[in-house]
Amino acid sequence: MLISLEKINKHYVVGDEVVKALDEVSLEIEKGEFLAIVGPSGSGKSTLMNILGCLDIPTSGKYVLDGITIEKAKENELSTIRNEKIGFIFQNFNLLTKLTAIENVELPLIYRGVKQAERRKIATESLEKVGLGERIHHLPTKLSGGQQQRVAIARALAGNPPILLADEPTGALDSKTSRDILALLKELNKQGHTIIIITHDLEVANQAKRVVQIKDGKLANVKVGGKR
Amino acid sequence: MNGLTAIKMAMKNLRSHKLRSFLTMLGIIIGISSVITLISIAQSSTRMITDEVKDLGSNLITVGIVGRGTTTSIDYKEALDWEEKEGIEKVSPVISGNVEAKYNNKKETVSIDGITPNYEDVQNFHIQSGRYIMPIDVDTRQKVVLVGAEAAKTFFGKENPIGKQISLNGLPFTVVGLLEEKGESLLSSYDDKILIPISTSERLLFTSGVKVINIQASSAGDVDLAISTIDKTLKLKFKNDTNSYNILNQQDLLETMDTVTQTMSLLLAGISGISLLVGGIGIMNIMLVSVTERTKEIGIRKAIGAKRKDILSLFLIESVVLTTIGGVIGILIGIGGTYGISNLMDVEPYVAPAVVVSSFLFSMLIGVVFGILPANRAAKLKPIDALRNE
Repeated sequence: MLISLEKINKHYVVGDEVVKALDEVSLEIEKGEFLAIVGPSGSGKSTLMNILGCLDIPTSGKYVLDGITIEKAKENELSTIRNEKIGFIFQNFNLLTKLTAIENVELPLIYRGVKQAERRKIATESLEKVGLGERIHHLPTKLSGGQQQRVAIARALAGNPPILLADEPTGALDSKTSRDILALLKELNKQGHTIIIITHDLEVANQAKRVVQIKDGKLANVKVGGKR
Repeated sequence: MNGLTAIKMAMKNLRSHKLRSFLTMLGIIIGISSVITLISIAQSSTRMITDEVKDLGSNLITVGIVGRGTTTSIDYKEALDWEEKEGIEKVSPVISGNVEAKYNNKKETVSIDGITPNYEDVQNFHIQSGRYIMPIDVDTRQKVVLVGAEAAKTFFGKENPIGKQISLNGLPFTVVGLLEEKGESLLSSYDDKILIPISTSERLLFTSGVKVINIQASSAGDVDLAISTIDKTLKLKFKNDTNSYNILNQQDLLETMDTVTQTMSLLLAGISGISLLVGGIGIMNIMLVSVTERTKEIGIRKAIGAKRKDILSLFLIESVVLTTIGGVIGILIGIGGTYGISNLMDVEPYVAPAVVVSSFLFSMLIGVVFGILPANRAAKLKPIDALRNE
C-alpha cells in the first residue's frame, strides 16, 4: 500500500462556523495506480490534494505515505517528505521564471543535496523523458504552455518520487496540448509511476484507471474502472 | 544546498533587478566610502605629523621659557651646564627673533635662530654643503650664518650661497653652510630657517634669555628622569614660578596625538555609521518588498522540498551579497577618495589595512543584521499560503 488515508478530517474555523473541508475521508492507493479525484470547486479536492501532498496536515485522522505516518510532523520533516516522495504538477506550471528549464528541473535535486554534475545528468534525462531534450536552456517565458508543463513534469520526475501529484494539469492548456500532456502522463504510468490527478473535468478524469469523486468534503461514488 | 550554488542563485536574482540592486547598494556604498575616506585622511595627516615628531627622536624633551625679566629667564651658558646632569645627553638652547636681512637689493624681515653646534644632532637637521656652526663660532661670537634651502633661494637665487655676505640688521654675516632640504612640514617650516651662533644672537637681538631649550635624554628610558631633573632645577631657579616654563616630551606629544586621532576616528566612524544605518534600513526595506514579490516562488520552492533554512539562507545570502558588493565598491571609492583628497592636501595618502578589512566585514554584517528579519519572514511562510499567492 502506497497511500492510506483513514478517517481524515480537515476543519477550518471561519468566524463562528466550523467548515468541514474534509469529512471522514478514507482512501487507499496502490503503487502503480492512475487515480483521478474529481469534484466541483469548493468540494474539498484542493484540501485533499494539500494533505496528500504533505503541504498541509489534517485536523484528525491517519495518513500513511510509503510507510511513513504523516502526523503532526515538523515543518522541515514535511519538506523532506515532499522532496523525496512527491512530484508536484500544478495547473499553472509554477516554474521559477528566472531559471532556465534545466535549472527548474534541478531544483528538487538541489534541495536533496545532489552534486552539480549528477544533477545536470538526471535533469537532462528527465527533460528527454518528457520530450524536451532540445530546449533545456530556455527560460520558461520562451516556451509554450505545453512545453512549460512538460518542464514541470520533468521537474516532478527528477527526484524520482513514488507519487506524481497533478493538480488540474491541463487546466491552463488548449485541448490538443491537453491530450498530449495526458498521453504523457499515461505513458509515465505505464512505465510504473503512480499518478494522482485532481480535476474538475470529467473528461480528464475518465483517462484514469480509477476515479474517485469528492463532494462536500466527502468521498462518494468511488468507481473502479473508467475508460482506458 | 551548498554555499556556492546559493551565492550563484542570489547573484542571478540581483542581476535581474540591476537598477534596484544598485540603488539599494548606494546607501552602503556612500557609507563605506565615507568611512574609509574620512578615517584615512585623518590617519594620513596624523601619520605625517607623527613621523615628523618621531624623526626628532623619542628621547627629545622641549623646554619652553615663557617668563620675562631676570628672575624667570635663563641664559644659554646655564642651559648648557645641564649636560652634566643625570639622564641628559645633549642640550640645545635656542634664542629666536626677527631681523632685517639684506643681500644686494633684496631686503626682507626673517626669523632667525641662535643655536649651538648641538642643534644639528638634537634637531636632526644637517647641512648639504659648507660647514656647520662650530664651538669656536659660539665662543668668539663669529658672524656666520647657515641658510635653509628656501631662504637661500629667496636671497641668492641660483647662486651658490656659501661664502656670500648677507647683512642682518646692518651687520655683515658670512654664509658658511647650506642646510638640507626638509620640505614643507605641518609643524614648522625648516627650509626658511636662518641659523647663527647663539652668542652672536644675544648681541644681535639684545637678549640673553633663551626661549626654547631642546634636550636629548641619554636614552628613551631616561626621559622621565631628565624631565624631573630639569623641573627641579627650573623650579629652584624661578622661585617656584612654574607658570613661566613648560616641559614637553615627544612621548607625551605622541600619546596626546594618538588619543586625539582615536577620538576623531571614532567620531568620524560614528557619523559614517549613521549613513550605514540608513543604508541598512534601505536594504531591509527592499528585502521585505522582495519577499512579498516572491511569495509564490517561496511556495514553489517549499513544495519542491526547500526547508526553512534553505529559504532563510536564500534571502540572507542575497542581502549579504548585496551589502558586500556595495562594501567592496565603497572601499574602492573610499581609497580613490583618500588618494584624491590627500593629493589636494599635500599629505602622503595612507589607507590602513585594518580599516579596509573592518569596513568589508562590517558591510557583510549589515547584510546579516538587516537581512535576517525579511529572510525569517520568508522562511516562516506556509507553503499552501505561499502557493495560493498570485
